[in-house]
Amino acid sequence: MYDFAEIKKNLKVLIDNVPYTVVDFQFVKPGKGQAFNRTKLRNLITGAMLERTFKSNESLVKADIEARDFEFSYADGDKYVFMDKLNFEQLFLGADQLADARFFLQDNMPVSVLFWNEKPIGVTPPSHVEMQVAQCDPGARGDTATNVSKPAKMAPTMVEVAVPIFINEGDWLKIDTRTGEYVERINRK
Amino acid sequence: MRNLLEARSRLLQEIRLFFLTRSFLEVDTPLLVQNPGSDVHLDAFAVASHNGAHAGHLITSPEYQMKRLLCAGSGPIFQLGKCFRSGELGRMHEPEFTMLEWYRPNAGWNDVMNDTEELVATLAASLGVQELHTAKGSVSLTRPWPRVSVDEVFRRHTGKSCFEVSDEEFFERFAFEIDPHLGSEEAMFLVDWPAHMASLARIRERSAPPVAERFEAYIGGAELCNGFGELVDADELARRCESDRQTRERLGKTVYPDDIELIEAQRKGMPESGGNALGVDRLLMLLLGKEKLADVIPLPHAVR
Repeated sequence: MYDFAEIKKNLKVLIDNVPYTVVDFQFVKPGKGQAFNRTKLRNLITGAMLERTFKSNESLVKADIEARDFEFSYADGDKYVFMDKLNFEQLFLGADQLADARFFLQDNMPVSVLFWNEKPIGVTPPSHVEMQVAQCDPGARGDTATNVSKPAKMAPTMVEVAVPIFINEGDWLKIDTRTGEYVERINRK
Repeated sequence: MRNLLEARSRLLQEIRLFFLTRSFLEVDTPLLVQNPGSDVHLDAFAVASHNGAHAGHLITSPEYQMKRLLCAGSGPIFQLGKCFRSGELGRMHEPEFTMLEWYRPNAGWNDVMNDTEELVATLAASLGVQELHTAKGSVSLTRPWPRVSVDEVFRRHTGKSCFEVSDEEFFERFAFEIDPHLGSEEAMFLVDWPAHMASLARIRERSAPPVAERFEAYIGGAELCNGFGELVDADELARRCESDRQTRERLGKTVYPDDIELIEAQRKGMPESGGNALGVDRLLMLLLGKEKLADVIPLPHAVR
Protein backbone atom coordinates (compact mmCIF):
# COMPACT_ATOMS: atom_id res chain seq x y z
CA MET A 1 0.00 0.00 0.00
CA TYR A 2 1.15 3.51 -0.65
CA ASP A 3 0.49 6.11 2.04
CA PHE A 4 -1.40 9.27 1.02
CA ALA A 5 1.79 11.29 1.55
CA GLU A 6 3.68 9.10 -0.94
CA ILE A 7 1.59 10.11 -3.96
CA LYS A 8 3.81 11.40 -6.76
CA LYS A 9 4.05 11.37 -10.55
CA ASN A 10 4.60 7.97 -12.20
CA LEU A 11 3.44 6.04 -9.13
CA LYS A 12 1.84 2.76 -10.32
CA VAL A 13 -1.40 1.94 -8.49
CA LEU A 14 -4.33 -0.44 -8.77
CA ILE A 15 -7.85 0.98 -8.89
CA ASP A 16 -10.65 -1.60 -9.11
CA ASN A 17 -8.00 -4.12 -10.07
CA VAL A 18 -6.78 -2.13 -13.07
CA PRO A 19 -3.24 -0.69 -13.15
CA TYR A 20 -2.88 3.10 -13.48
CA THR A 21 0.02 5.52 -13.45
CA VAL A 22 -0.20 8.90 -11.71
CA VAL A 23 0.18 11.58 -14.36
CA ASP A 24 -0.42 14.61 -12.14
CA PHE A 25 -1.60 15.43 -8.65
CA GLN A 26 -2.64 18.48 -6.68
CA PHE A 27 -2.20 18.53 -2.90
CA VAL A 28 -4.91 20.61 -1.25
CA LYS A 29 -4.92 21.22 2.49
CA PRO A 30 -7.37 23.79 3.77
CA GLY A 31 -6.73 25.06 7.29
CA LYS A 32 -10.06 23.63 8.29
CA GLY A 33 -9.89 19.94 7.68
CA GLN A 34 -8.20 16.99 6.14
CA ALA A 35 -5.95 17.09 3.12
CA PHE A 36 -6.90 15.92 -0.39
CA ASN A 37 -4.84 14.82 -3.35
CA ARG A 38 -6.66 15.43 -6.62
CA THR A 39 -4.94 13.05 -9.05
CA LYS A 40 -4.99 12.49 -12.81
CA LEU A 41 -4.26 8.87 -13.70
CA ARG A 42 -3.72 7.00 -16.97
CA ASN A 43 -5.08 3.48 -17.40
CA LEU A 44 -2.03 1.41 -18.37
CA ILE A 45 -4.13 -1.07 -20.33
CA THR A 46 -6.48 1.20 -22.29
CA GLY A 47 -4.64 4.54 -22.07
CA ALA A 48 -7.83 6.25 -20.85
CA MET A 49 -7.50 9.11 -18.34
CA LEU A 50 -9.14 9.06 -14.94
CA GLU A 51 -9.54 11.79 -12.32
CA ARG A 52 -9.67 10.73 -8.72
CA THR A 53 -9.56 12.63 -5.43
CA PHE A 54 -7.89 10.83 -2.54
CA LYS A 55 -8.46 11.84 1.07
CA SER A 56 -5.63 12.00 3.56
CA ASN A 57 -6.82 8.89 5.39
CA GLU A 58 -6.91 6.76 2.24
CA SER A 59 -4.05 4.61 1.10
CA LEU A 60 -3.41 3.37 -2.43
CA VAL A 61 -2.89 -0.19 -3.59
CA LYS A 62 0.46 -0.75 -5.30
CA ALA A 63 0.35 -2.15 -8.83
CA ASP A 64 3.05 -4.69 -9.56
CA ILE A 65 4.33 -2.91 -12.65
CA GLU A 66 7.81 -3.30 -14.01
CA ALA A 67 9.39 -1.68 -17.05
CA ARG A 68 12.12 -3.66 -18.80
CA ASP A 69 14.39 -2.69 -21.70
CA PHE A 70 13.95 -4.56 -24.99
CA GLU A 71 15.01 -4.03 -28.57
CA PHE A 72 12.61 -4.34 -31.51
CA SER A 73 13.85 -7.12 -33.82
CA TYR A 74 11.24 -7.52 -36.59
CA ALA A 75 7.53 -7.81 -37.38
CA ASP A 76 6.07 -11.03 -38.75
CA GLY A 77 2.52 -10.27 -39.89
CA ASP A 78 0.56 -9.56 -36.73
CA LYS A 79 3.37 -10.65 -34.44
CA TYR A 80 6.05 -8.25 -33.27
CA VAL A 81 9.30 -9.69 -31.96
CA PHE A 82 11.44 -8.02 -29.28
CA MET A 83 14.71 -9.07 -27.73
CA ASP A 84 15.67 -8.74 -24.06
CA LYS A 85 19.07 -6.98 -24.16
CA LEU A 86 20.29 -8.71 -21.00
CA ASN A 87 19.60 -12.35 -21.72
CA PHE A 88 18.77 -12.30 -25.48
CA GLU A 89 15.39 -13.92 -24.84
CA GLN A 90 12.71 -13.21 -27.39
CA LEU A 91 9.30 -11.70 -26.59
CA PHE A 92 6.37 -12.01 -29.01
CA LEU A 93 3.66 -9.37 -28.77
CA GLY A 94 0.42 -8.83 -30.72
CA ALA A 95 -0.86 -5.61 -32.25
CA ASP A 96 -3.34 -5.05 -29.42
CA GLN A 97 -0.57 -5.12 -26.81
CA LEU A 98 1.38 -2.54 -28.80
CA ALA A 99 -1.44 -0.12 -29.53
CA ASP A 100 -0.15 2.97 -31.35
CA ALA A 101 3.49 2.15 -30.58
CA ARG A 102 3.52 -0.27 -33.54
CA PHE A 103 3.35 2.65 -36.01
CA PHE A 104 6.75 3.97 -34.91
CA LEU A 105 8.81 0.81 -34.57
CA GLN A 106 12.10 0.63 -36.47
CA ASP A 107 14.74 -2.11 -36.61
CA ASN A 108 16.83 -2.34 -33.43
CA MET A 109 14.80 0.45 -31.78
CA PRO A 110 15.20 0.43 -27.98
CA VAL A 111 11.83 0.27 -26.25
CA SER A 112 10.49 -0.11 -22.73
CA VAL A 113 8.05 -3.00 -22.19
CA LEU A 114 5.59 -2.67 -19.32
CA PHE A 115 4.80 -5.85 -17.37
CA TRP A 116 1.88 -6.22 -14.94
CA ASN A 117 2.13 -9.29 -12.72
CA GLU A 118 4.73 -10.56 -15.19
CA LYS A 119 2.40 -10.13 -18.20
CA PRO A 120 3.37 -7.64 -20.91
CA ILE A 121 0.68 -4.96 -21.25
CA GLY A 122 2.29 -2.19 -23.24
CA VAL A 123 5.30 -0.91 -25.13
CA THR A 124 6.78 2.57 -24.93
CA PRO A 125 9.02 3.64 -27.82
CA PRO A 126 11.48 6.54 -27.46
CA SER A 127 9.55 9.85 -27.26
CA HIS A 128 10.76 11.00 -30.68
CA VAL A 129 11.51 9.04 -33.85
CA GLU A 130 12.94 9.99 -37.25
CA MET A 131 10.85 8.81 -40.20
CA GLN A 132 10.96 9.44 -43.95
CA VAL A 133 7.94 10.67 -45.90
CA ALA A 134 6.89 7.84 -48.22
CA GLN A 135 3.88 9.50 -49.78
CA CYS A 136 2.32 12.96 -49.82
CA ASP A 137 1.16 15.71 -52.19
CA PRO A 138 4.00 17.88 -53.55
CA GLY A 139 5.32 20.60 -51.30
CA ALA A 140 3.92 24.11 -51.85
CA ARG A 141 5.04 27.47 -50.52
CA GLY A 142 3.13 27.80 -47.31
CA ASP A 143 1.24 30.64 -45.75
CA THR A 144 2.69 29.76 -42.39
CA ALA A 145 0.40 32.18 -40.59
CA THR A 146 -2.62 30.00 -41.25
CA ASN A 147 -0.85 26.71 -40.35
CA VAL A 148 -2.23 24.80 -43.30
CA SER A 149 -1.33 21.11 -43.20
CA LYS A 150 -1.70 18.01 -45.34
CA PRO A 151 -1.59 14.28 -44.63
CA ALA A 152 1.65 12.34 -45.22
CA LYS A 153 2.34 8.60 -45.03
CA MET A 154 5.57 7.78 -43.18
CA ALA A 155 7.90 4.84 -43.97
CA PRO A 156 8.03 1.99 -43.15
CA THR A 157 4.66 1.55 -41.39
CA MET A 158 2.67 3.97 -43.60
CA VAL A 159 1.29 5.71 -40.53
CA GLU A 160 -0.43 9.00 -41.45
CA VAL A 161 0.82 12.23 -39.91
CA ALA A 162 -0.39 15.80 -40.50
CA VAL A 163 2.55 17.83 -41.89
CA PRO A 164 3.10 21.43 -43.10
CA ILE A 165 2.37 21.93 -46.82
CA PHE A 166 6.02 22.66 -47.69
CA ILE A 167 7.03 19.04 -46.90
CA ASN A 168 8.01 16.76 -49.83
CA GLU A 169 8.25 13.00 -50.34
CA GLY A 170 11.66 11.79 -49.18
CA ASP A 171 11.93 14.42 -46.41
CA TRP A 172 13.06 13.15 -43.02
CA LEU A 173 10.81 14.28 -40.19
CA LYS A 174 10.98 14.13 -36.40
CA ILE A 175 7.72 12.71 -35.01
CA ASP A 176 6.52 12.73 -31.39
CA THR A 177 5.54 9.12 -30.65
CA ARG A 178 3.35 10.11 -27.71
CA THR A 179 1.04 12.30 -29.79
CA GLY A 180 1.74 11.11 -33.35
CA GLU A 181 2.46 14.73 -34.29
CA TYR A 182 4.99 16.35 -36.61
CA VAL A 183 7.74 18.12 -34.67
CA GLU A 184 10.16 19.37 -37.34
CA ARG A 185 11.93 18.56 -40.60
CA ILE A 186 15.48 17.37 -40.12
CA ASN A 187 18.60 17.24 -42.28
CA ARG A 188 19.42 13.63 -42.99
CA LYS A 189 20.93 12.04 -46.09
CA MET B 1 18.58 34.36 -4.95
CA ARG B 2 20.09 37.57 -3.59
CA ASN B 3 16.85 39.46 -4.26
CA LEU B 4 14.87 36.82 -2.40
CA LEU B 5 17.23 36.88 0.57
CA GLU B 6 17.00 40.68 0.72
CA ALA B 7 13.20 40.64 0.57
CA ARG B 8 12.98 37.92 3.22
CA SER B 9 15.42 39.67 5.49
CA ARG B 10 13.52 42.99 5.16
CA LEU B 11 10.22 41.21 5.85
CA LEU B 12 11.45 39.46 9.01
CA GLN B 13 12.95 42.69 10.43
CA GLU B 14 9.81 44.73 9.59
CA ILE B 15 7.66 42.15 11.36
CA ARG B 16 9.84 42.43 14.45
CA LEU B 17 9.74 46.23 14.30
CA PHE B 18 5.94 46.19 13.99
CA PHE B 19 5.45 44.22 17.18
CA LEU B 20 8.31 45.68 19.23
CA THR B 21 7.01 49.22 18.62
CA ARG B 22 3.61 48.05 19.89
CA SER B 23 5.15 46.86 23.17
CA PHE B 24 5.09 43.15 22.39
CA LEU B 25 7.88 40.95 23.71
CA GLU B 26 9.53 38.57 21.26
CA VAL B 27 9.61 35.02 22.65
CA ASP B 28 11.25 31.83 21.39
CA THR B 29 9.58 28.80 22.95
CA PRO B 30 10.73 25.17 22.44
CA LEU B 31 10.39 23.44 19.08
CA LEU B 32 10.91 19.96 20.58
CA VAL B 33 7.92 19.15 22.83
CA GLN B 34 5.98 16.22 24.23
CA ASN B 35 2.56 17.34 23.01
CA PRO B 36 2.56 18.95 19.56
CA GLY B 37 -1.17 19.70 19.72
CA SER B 38 -4.31 17.61 19.45
CA ASP B 39 -5.69 18.91 16.11
CA VAL B 40 -7.13 15.94 14.28
CA HIS B 41 -5.83 17.03 10.89
CA LEU B 42 -2.24 17.90 11.76
CA ASP B 43 0.55 15.33 12.05
CA ALA B 44 3.82 16.05 13.78
CA PHE B 45 7.32 14.78 13.09
CA ALA B 46 8.56 12.39 15.78
CA VAL B 47 12.07 12.97 17.06
CA ALA B 48 14.45 10.27 18.23
CA SER B 49 17.45 10.55 20.51
CA HIS B 50 20.90 9.41 19.36
CA ASN B 51 20.18 5.97 20.80
CA GLY B 52 16.85 5.68 18.93
CA ALA B 53 14.59 6.36 21.93
CA HIS B 54 11.57 8.60 21.35
CA ALA B 55 12.47 12.12 22.47
CA GLY B 56 9.32 14.05 21.53
CA HIS B 57 7.78 15.81 18.55
CA LEU B 58 8.42 18.99 16.60
CA ILE B 59 5.76 21.68 17.07
CA THR B 60 3.05 22.16 14.46
CA SER B 61 2.49 25.59 16.02
CA PRO B 62 3.87 27.35 19.14
CA GLU B 63 0.34 27.88 20.49
CA TYR B 64 0.46 25.64 23.56
CA GLN B 65 3.85 26.97 24.67
CA MET B 66 2.91 30.63 24.14
CA LYS B 67 -0.37 30.23 26.03
CA ARG B 68 1.55 28.92 29.02
CA LEU B 69 3.56 32.16 28.92
CA LEU B 70 0.32 34.19 28.75
CA CYS B 71 -0.92 32.39 31.84
CA ALA B 72 2.36 33.22 33.56
CA GLY B 73 1.78 36.94 33.00
CA SER B 74 3.91 37.55 29.91
CA GLY B 75 1.73 40.32 28.50
CA PRO B 76 1.54 40.69 24.70
CA ILE B 77 3.96 38.32 22.97
CA PHE B 78 4.95 37.33 19.43
CA GLN B 79 7.08 34.57 17.97
CA LEU B 80 8.77 34.25 14.59
CA GLY B 81 9.92 30.70 14.08
CA LYS B 82 9.75 27.40 12.28
CA CYS B 83 6.83 24.97 12.48
CA PHE B 84 6.75 21.43 11.13
CA ARG B 85 3.81 19.49 9.64
CA SER B 86 4.37 15.97 8.41
CA GLY B 87 2.81 14.94 5.11
CA GLU B 88 2.16 18.48 3.87
CA LEU B 89 3.90 19.24 0.60
CA GLY B 90 2.42 21.05 -2.36
CA ARG B 91 2.20 24.37 -4.16
CA MET B 92 1.13 26.10 -0.94
CA HIS B 93 2.68 23.74 1.59
CA GLU B 94 6.14 22.94 2.89
CA PRO B 95 6.65 20.50 5.77
CA GLU B 96 8.90 23.09 7.45
CA PHE B 97 7.73 26.69 7.25
CA THR B 98 8.01 30.03 9.07
CA MET B 99 5.13 31.02 11.31
CA LEU B 100 4.39 34.36 12.94
CA GLU B 101 2.21 33.85 15.99
CA TRP B 102 1.07 36.58 18.40
CA TYR B 103 -1.21 36.96 21.42
CA ARG B 104 -2.87 39.99 23.01
CA PRO B 105 -4.09 39.38 26.58
CA ASN B 106 -7.12 41.42 27.72
CA ALA B 107 -8.21 41.73 24.11
CA GLY B 108 -10.35 39.82 21.63
CA TRP B 109 -10.35 38.51 18.11
CA ASN B 110 -11.29 41.87 16.60
CA ASP B 111 -8.08 43.33 17.99
CA VAL B 112 -5.89 40.73 16.32
CA MET B 113 -7.86 41.06 13.07
CA ASN B 114 -7.03 44.77 13.16
CA ASP B 115 -3.38 43.88 13.86
CA THR B 116 -3.43 41.63 10.77
CA GLU B 117 -4.75 44.35 8.47
CA GLU B 118 -2.25 46.85 9.85
CA LEU B 119 0.65 44.42 9.63
CA VAL B 120 -0.03 43.47 6.01
CA ALA B 121 -0.42 47.16 5.06
CA THR B 122 2.87 48.04 6.78
CA LEU B 123 4.78 45.17 5.18
CA ALA B 124 3.35 45.89 1.73
CA ALA B 125 4.44 49.51 2.04
CA SER B 126 7.95 48.57 3.17
CA LEU B 127 8.35 46.32 0.12
CA GLY B 128 6.90 48.98 -2.17
CA VAL B 129 3.77 46.95 -2.99
CA GLN B 130 0.41 48.70 -3.37
CA GLU B 131 -1.74 45.99 -4.84
CA LEU B 132 -1.10 42.28 -4.76
CA HIS B 133 -0.76 40.52 -8.10
CA THR B 134 -1.72 36.87 -8.29
CA ALA B 135 -2.15 34.56 -11.29
CA LYS B 136 -5.87 35.29 -11.17
CA GLY B 137 -5.62 39.08 -11.04
CA SER B 138 -5.02 41.92 -8.60
CA VAL B 139 -6.18 41.85 -5.00
CA SER B 140 -6.87 45.08 -3.15
CA LEU B 141 -5.69 45.51 0.44
CA THR B 142 -8.03 48.39 1.21
CA ARG B 143 -9.07 48.53 4.86
CA PRO B 144 -11.21 47.52 6.50
CA TRP B 145 -11.20 44.00 5.07
CA PRO B 146 -14.75 42.61 4.85
CA ARG B 147 -15.68 39.99 7.47
CA VAL B 148 -17.94 37.27 6.01
CA SER B 149 -19.28 34.28 7.94
CA VAL B 150 -18.54 30.68 6.94
CA ASP B 151 -22.28 30.05 6.62
CA GLU B 152 -22.85 33.03 4.34
CA VAL B 153 -19.99 31.99 2.05
CA PHE B 154 -21.24 28.40 1.98
CA ARG B 155 -24.81 29.44 1.23
CA ARG B 156 -23.75 31.82 -1.53
CA HIS B 157 -21.87 29.03 -3.20
CA THR B 158 -24.06 25.97 -2.62
CA GLY B 159 -27.47 27.35 -1.67
CA LYS B 160 -27.28 25.22 1.50
CA SER B 161 -26.45 26.15 5.07
CA CYS B 162 -23.07 24.92 6.29
CA PHE B 163 -24.82 23.66 9.44
CA GLU B 164 -26.92 21.24 7.41
CA VAL B 165 -24.23 19.31 5.56
CA SER B 166 -21.88 16.53 6.61
CA ASP B 167 -18.32 17.43 7.59
CA GLU B 168 -17.17 15.52 4.55
CA GLU B 169 -19.19 17.69 2.16
CA PHE B 170 -18.18 20.81 4.10
CA PHE B 171 -14.44 20.11 3.74
CA GLU B 172 -14.56 18.98 0.15
CA ARG B 173 -16.63 21.93 -1.04
CA PHE B 174 -14.41 24.40 0.76
CA ALA B 175 -11.18 22.81 -0.41
CA PHE B 176 -12.01 22.64 -4.12
CA GLU B 177 -14.89 24.98 -4.83
CA ILE B 178 -14.86 27.79 -2.28
CA ASP B 179 -11.35 28.45 -0.96
CA PRO B 180 -9.77 29.18 -4.35
CA HIS B 181 -12.20 32.08 -4.86
CA LEU B 182 -12.01 33.68 -1.43
CA GLY B 183 -10.27 37.04 -1.38
CA SER B 184 -9.85 36.99 -5.14
CA GLU B 185 -10.56 40.71 -5.54
CA GLU B 186 -10.05 42.04 -2.04
CA ALA B 187 -8.46 40.67 1.11
CA MET B 188 -11.12 39.35 3.48
CA PHE B 189 -11.70 37.56 6.80
CA LEU B 190 -13.75 34.37 6.94
CA VAL B 191 -15.38 34.33 10.41
CA ASP B 192 -17.82 32.43 12.66
CA TRP B 193 -16.93 28.76 12.31
CA PRO B 194 -19.53 26.13 13.38
CA ALA B 195 -18.91 25.41 17.07
CA HIS B 196 -17.66 21.82 16.59
CA MET B 197 -14.83 23.20 14.39
CA ALA B 198 -13.78 25.75 16.99
CA SER B 199 -10.33 24.25 17.55
CA LEU B 200 -9.05 26.33 20.50
CA ALA B 201 -11.34 29.33 19.92
CA ARG B 202 -14.06 30.33 22.38
CA ILE B 203 -17.71 29.92 21.44
CA ARG B 204 -19.50 33.24 21.01
CA GLU B 205 -22.04 33.73 23.77
CA ARG B 206 -25.69 33.60 22.80
CA SER B 207 -24.87 32.59 19.21
CA ALA B 208 -27.48 30.34 17.61
CA PRO B 209 -26.54 28.06 16.02
CA PRO B 210 -23.40 28.29 18.17
CA VAL B 211 -20.35 29.62 16.35
CA ALA B 212 -16.72 30.01 17.35
CA GLU B 213 -14.71 33.22 17.45
CA ARG B 214 -12.41 31.83 14.79
CA PHE B 215 -11.22 33.70 11.69
CA GLU B 216 -9.05 33.08 8.65
CA ALA B 217 -7.73 35.77 6.32
CA TYR B 218 -7.89 35.04 2.58
CA ILE B 219 -5.96 36.86 -0.12
CA GLY B 220 -6.14 35.67 -3.71
CA GLY B 221 -7.51 32.24 -2.76
CA ALA B 222 -4.70 31.65 -0.27
CA GLU B 223 -5.34 31.19 3.44
CA LEU B 224 -2.92 33.56 5.14
CA CYS B 225 -3.63 33.09 8.83
CA ASN B 226 -5.88 31.42 11.40
CA GLY B 227 -6.79 33.26 14.62
CA PHE B 228 -9.06 33.06 17.62
CA GLY B 229 -10.78 34.81 20.41
CA GLU B 230 -8.97 32.32 22.64
CA LEU B 231 -10.58 29.61 24.74
CA VAL B 232 -9.55 30.22 28.36
CA ASP B 233 -11.75 27.69 30.20
CA ALA B 234 -9.54 24.82 31.37
CA ASP B 235 -12.34 22.23 31.61
CA GLU B 236 -13.52 22.98 28.08
CA LEU B 237 -9.90 22.71 26.87
CA ALA B 238 -9.53 19.31 28.52
CA ARG B 239 -12.82 18.17 27.02
CA ARG B 240 -11.81 19.21 23.49
CA CYS B 241 -8.40 17.54 23.80
CA GLU B 242 -10.05 14.31 24.92
CA SER B 243 -12.51 14.46 22.02
CA ASP B 244 -9.64 15.02 19.57
CA ARG B 245 -7.72 12.08 21.07
CA GLN B 246 -10.69 9.78 20.55
CA THR B 247 -11.07 10.91 16.94
CA ARG B 248 -7.36 10.44 16.27
CA GLU B 249 -7.53 6.95 17.74
CA ARG B 250 -10.55 6.12 15.62
CA LEU B 251 -8.72 7.32 12.48
CA GLY B 252 -5.67 5.23 13.34
CA LYS B 253 -3.47 8.29 13.87
CA THR B 254 -0.76 8.78 16.46
CA VAL B 255 -2.27 9.95 19.74
CA TYR B 256 -0.16 12.54 21.53
CA PRO B 257 -0.21 12.92 25.32
CA ASP B 258 -2.44 15.68 26.73
CA ASP B 259 -0.68 18.93 27.54
CA ILE B 260 -1.30 18.74 31.28
CA GLU B 261 0.89 21.78 31.87
CA LEU B 262 -1.29 23.98 29.67
CA ILE B 263 -4.54 22.68 31.17
CA GLU B 264 -3.24 23.34 34.68
CA ALA B 265 -1.92 26.77 33.70
CA GLN B 266 -5.33 27.71 32.26
CA ARG B 267 -6.98 26.36 35.39
CA LYS B 268 -4.92 28.80 37.45
CA GLY B 269 -6.14 31.54 35.14
CA MET B 270 -5.66 32.81 31.60
CA PRO B 271 -6.61 36.35 30.55
CA GLU B 272 -9.22 36.73 27.79
CA SER B 273 -7.02 36.98 24.72
CA GLY B 274 -6.94 37.28 20.99
CA GLY B 275 -4.30 35.37 19.04
CA ASN B 276 -3.31 34.70 15.45
CA ALA B 277 -0.97 32.38 13.54
CA LEU B 278 0.19 33.67 10.15
CA GLY B 279 2.21 31.94 7.43
CA VAL B 280 5.17 34.23 6.76
CA ASP B 281 6.24 32.38 3.60
CA ARG B 282 2.71 32.66 2.20
CA LEU B 283 2.66 36.38 2.97
CA LEU B 284 5.96 36.89 1.17
CA MET B 285 4.68 34.80 -1.75
CA LEU B 286 1.64 37.08 -2.06
CA LEU B 287 3.64 40.30 -1.66
CA LEU B 288 6.17 39.29 -4.33
CA GLY B 289 3.54 37.86 -6.68
CA LYS B 290 5.07 34.36 -6.73
CA GLU B 291 3.19 31.22 -7.80
CA LYS B 292 4.33 28.77 -5.19
CA LEU B 293 5.69 28.65 -1.67
CA ALA B 294 8.96 27.04 -2.73
CA ASP B 295 9.71 30.18 -4.80
CA VAL B 296 10.15 32.26 -1.63
CA ILE B 297 12.08 29.72 0.43
CA PRO B 298 15.84 29.76 -0.23
CA LEU B 299 16.30 26.01 0.32
CA PRO B 300 12.85 24.43 -0.08
CA HIS B 301 12.05 20.80 0.65
CA ALA B 302 12.30 19.69 -2.98
CA VAL B 303 15.87 20.93 -3.27
CA ARG B 304 17.18 19.50 -0.01
